[in-house]
Amino acid sequence: MAGMAEHTLWQGIRWRQLVMVVLLIGTTGGPNCPETVLAAAPSGASGAQTVAPQIAFIDERIEAGWKDTGVTPADQATDAEWCRRVYLDCIGRIPTVDELEQHRRDRSRTRMINLIDRLLGQEYVDEFARHWANVWTTVLIGRDTNNQLVSRSGMRKYLTAAFRENIPYDRFVQELLTATGENADREGAENFNGATNFLSGKLADGGIQATAKTAQIFLGIQVQCAQCHHNPLRTSPGAKQNEFWELNSFFRQARGLRRFDGGRRVAWIELIDEDFAGEGGNPAEAEIYYELKNGLVKVAYPVFIDGTEIGRNGLLPGGKLGARAGGVNRRQELARLIQGSPLMPKAIVNRLWSHFLGYGLVNPIDDLADNNLPTDPVLLEGLADRFVEQSYDLKQLIRWLVLSKPYALSSRISSGNAADDPAGGLPPRFARFYPRQMQAEQLYESLLTATQADRAEGAEAARRRDVWLSQFVIAFGTDEGDDTTTFNGTIPQVLMLFNGDLVKTATGLDRESFLNQVATASRKNADKINTLYLAALARRPSPAEVRLANNLLMARRGRAVEALQDIWWALLNSNEFILNH
Amino acid sequence: MRGQPQNLSSRVMLDRRHFLSHLAGLAALATPATTFTQSLLANVADLKKRHKSAILLWMGGGPSTMDIWDLKPGQATGGPFKPISTSADGIAISEHMPLTAQQMHHLSIVRSMSTREADHQRGRYYMHTGFVPNPNVEHPGYGSVIAHELAESIDLLEIPPFVSVGGGSVGAGFLGATWAPFVVNANGTVKNVENGIDQQRFVQRLKMLGEIEKRFINEGRGDLPEDHRKVVAKAVRLMTSSQMDAFKVASEPTAVRERYGETNFGRGCLMARRLVEVGVPFVEVNLGGWDNHSGIFTTLADRKLPELDKAMSALVADLAERGLLDDTAIIWMGEFSRTPTINGNGGRDHWARSWSVVVGGAGFKRGVVVGETSADGREVVSEPYSSEDVMASVLQAIGVPLETTFRAKNGRPMKIANGGQVISGLFS
Repeated sequence: MAGMAEHTLWQGIRWRQLVMVVLLIGTTGGPNCPETVLAAAPSGASGAQTVAPQIAFIDERIEAGWKDTGVTPADQATDAEWCRRVYLDCIGRIPTVDELEQHRRDRSRTRMINLIDRLLGQEYVDEFARHWANVWTTVLIGRDTNNQLVSRSGMRKYLTAAFRENIPYDRFVQELLTATGENADREGAENFNGATNFLSGKLADGGIQATAKTAQIFLGIQVQCAQCHHNPLRTSPGAKQNEFWELNSFFRQARGLRRFDGGRRVAWIELIDEDFAGEGGNPAEAEIYYELKNGLVKVAYPVFIDGTEIGRNGLLPGGKLGARAGGVNRRQELARLIQGSPLMPKAIVNRLWSHFLGYGLVNPIDDLADNNLPTDPVLLEGLADRFVEQSYDLKQLIRWLVLSKPYALSSRISSGNAADDPAGGLPPRFARFYPRQMQAEQLYESLLTATQADRAEGAEAARRRDVWLSQFVIAFGTDEGDDTTTFNGTIPQVLMLFNGDLVKTATGLDRESFLNQVATASRKNADKINTLYLAALARRPSPAEVRLANNLLMARRGRAVEALQDIWWALLNSNEFILNH
Repeated sequence: MRGQPQNLSSRVMLDRRHFLSHLAGLAALATPATTFTQSLLANVADLKKRHKSAILLWMGGGPSTMDIWDLKPGQATGGPFKPISTSADGIAISEHMPLTAQQMHHLSIVRSMSTREADHQRGRYYMHTGFVPNPNVEHPGYGSVIAHELAESIDLLEIPPFVSVGGGSVGAGFLGATWAPFVVNANGTVKNVENGIDQQRFVQRLKMLGEIEKRFINEGRGDLPEDHRKVVAKAVRLMTSSQMDAFKVASEPTAVRERYGETNFGRGCLMARRLVEVGVPFVEVNLGGWDNHSGIFTTLADRKLPELDKAMSALVADLAERGLLDDTAIIWMGEFSRTPTINGNGGRDHWARSWSVVVGGAGFKRGVVVGETSADGREVVSEPYSSEDVMASVLQAIGVPLETTFRAKNGRPMKIANGGQVISGLFS
């Protein structure tokens, strides 16, 4: 926000700029004023000169779906709305006033492309990596901060590096599944590998959790029910009880050694592979046993969900015995099989689609079972193929989604798309942008962006964020390490934003604070109010809001600073602020 | 509310009137303002209307019911505990539950529970909802179902209708965030309730907020903007409500606190009584530590059962003494029980095939035992009952119609309590 005071946002407006101002304000006419449409860019990035064929493919399929189901898409989102959502979804926070202004000034036909390319480029690489490390930390190890078998900072360190480099997704999956080494980046660690944290806390009871989570996250299939019985509702891979245990067999060489540092708490985990002799004691036929519901005991060996066998030997290839006896590394074999599975690219495409478009092409997003049909199977498969063709490049996939037509639609419902209501259980048609709550991490980062309330950096910033987030996390304390968050849409969340320390700091008048900088600048009150609105909501106030703001100025009897505090508080607490829309 | 308006101190009432005068006529906050007015204008008869409630004592980890409610002395599976007689004719329970034994005429035991979920997470879900976990739909738990069904009778309630003391509850599922558990710790600390700013200024802030929210709602972006406004309204009600005092267990006289026991569970039970008193329809109190795979008998005798006994007996007696028990159902259960076979570590493992739950108060017949297990406790030898049946019975006891059908988000109709059957032995 440095330089906030000197650039006088709305001063000396010339005719060309005036047009832009009108476009940006757009909504000041109130609810009956039609959304301003950007005539130069009919939809998505298709107004730009170069439309990647992958984006054209998405648009084509989605538009065909609209035609088939008789829905008409919502209007275009305004430039500022679109800009706000791109920042939130790509780097996990709202744009600053300066960043909004920068986007507003770009009137080229390629301005959407310009913005996404900047966000995916070197300028924002740290914030991009931080955001996606947050997202994947939750996916891979949940939100519980008290699990001794997992190092959140270790996990985050690995993920941050991975997203900084934008490593191909197939390699990412392989690294998580085959990781060995120490999970915590403590001083003197000899072979730290943060990727071990995906499995370090999931190996209890023969790796039941490792099996279920691997299938769910990387293949989009739900196998956990099959642990105890055939799943009668499914015909898909992973629905039969033997399939669960055959998949589970791949994890039996993995061991998480608990290391202590004097205390009773586990200090770190060393994840290793070791020879597995099998529950029958014969390493050449390293089997495991599982029980049918009728009490009968059966045997399982490593077999992938598509029926591929990797042999029954439980010895490692590098070990003393394994080298001679034809040993295999089961986790490496599993990673190879998952990399070759058509489900892997579909699962990640669906996950990212859901991240950007609000719902998956299949929902729930990690359930690609045969009987759970996608909005458009051709689109899901076609996009998965294109993702593989582009060498599993996640940034490319993100770029396609952000520049697609459905992502650029307004979240305002119009009569032609009111029926497109996935919340009501219908398959989403993406004929409008579905508003959603910011994730807790996004809200936290957005509050910091809007308020500059906390200037800590790196590991310390991550630690403070964890402390703040932990107030919403309930861990069930079960062997499975399940947790939930009471964050979204609850009274505690509202109370936290009303009265919590973070917002108190944000609305405080600390010399360093954003609010203080705005309040003490030598500008008109109207300008100051505009700045607060842009910082929080990426728009200017409506006439009714200006009237109320003036009432507040009067009520505070000339203590303008206090009135600005009140307005700032109201903005940060609004539905419009906490929703990504 | 149960005839408690006299408990509102005049100071609080004045503050509220003062506050309301600011809020009056605020279109932006129409809901809370109207409700405030209604609650003030409500006549005494309404205030005295008797509200039904339920308290779930949730025993996380799976307590060994054959060491508590269904003893098998002399059997290899029976363990060392002896049965003692109770205030209910012919009912004997564990010697380590002497205080609860004196309250058994208020309670009844179902000894023929037989379920199939012996995994913590699945069992917790199943016993809370009456449904086995399903990846395509999230079912609401007890608290959300009951809060939702009793909603009409709680319009005077200013604090959340489902309070979970110590977490561990199952959420609102497809019923939506309105019915989600409001989680507090046993000390009743509700974070961020104080705002420390001048009341008039707070109201002005709310006006500003109301305008921003209204504008965004009117733009027609679906339900979320409106949902947020509703939650804001509830948070405001809660911040200004004298009913929040119900969370303050520390304000109870020492003698009362000691009666419940100065433990988290004791404080939780005392809070449950206070919450029920102001009209909260559902309170869940958590007591964990029952996953006794080793050394079960010393753990139960020295720690778990004394803590349970003191708090549970105090709660039942206190509710009865205050005339609240007839309107308050009590449910005691965990996700499953523990193996009749005692393992090599002197513990018991997970077991769902034959076990007990305890209910009481409200419309339940009291002081009876329903069902029976075999001599060694391994089998149910009478009609077996499920989670669905217990839930149906609890609903029956507090007057919620069992014909109620929900519609999940995917449009699928879903019977309340998953169509469970009322356990007839629990009703006269």
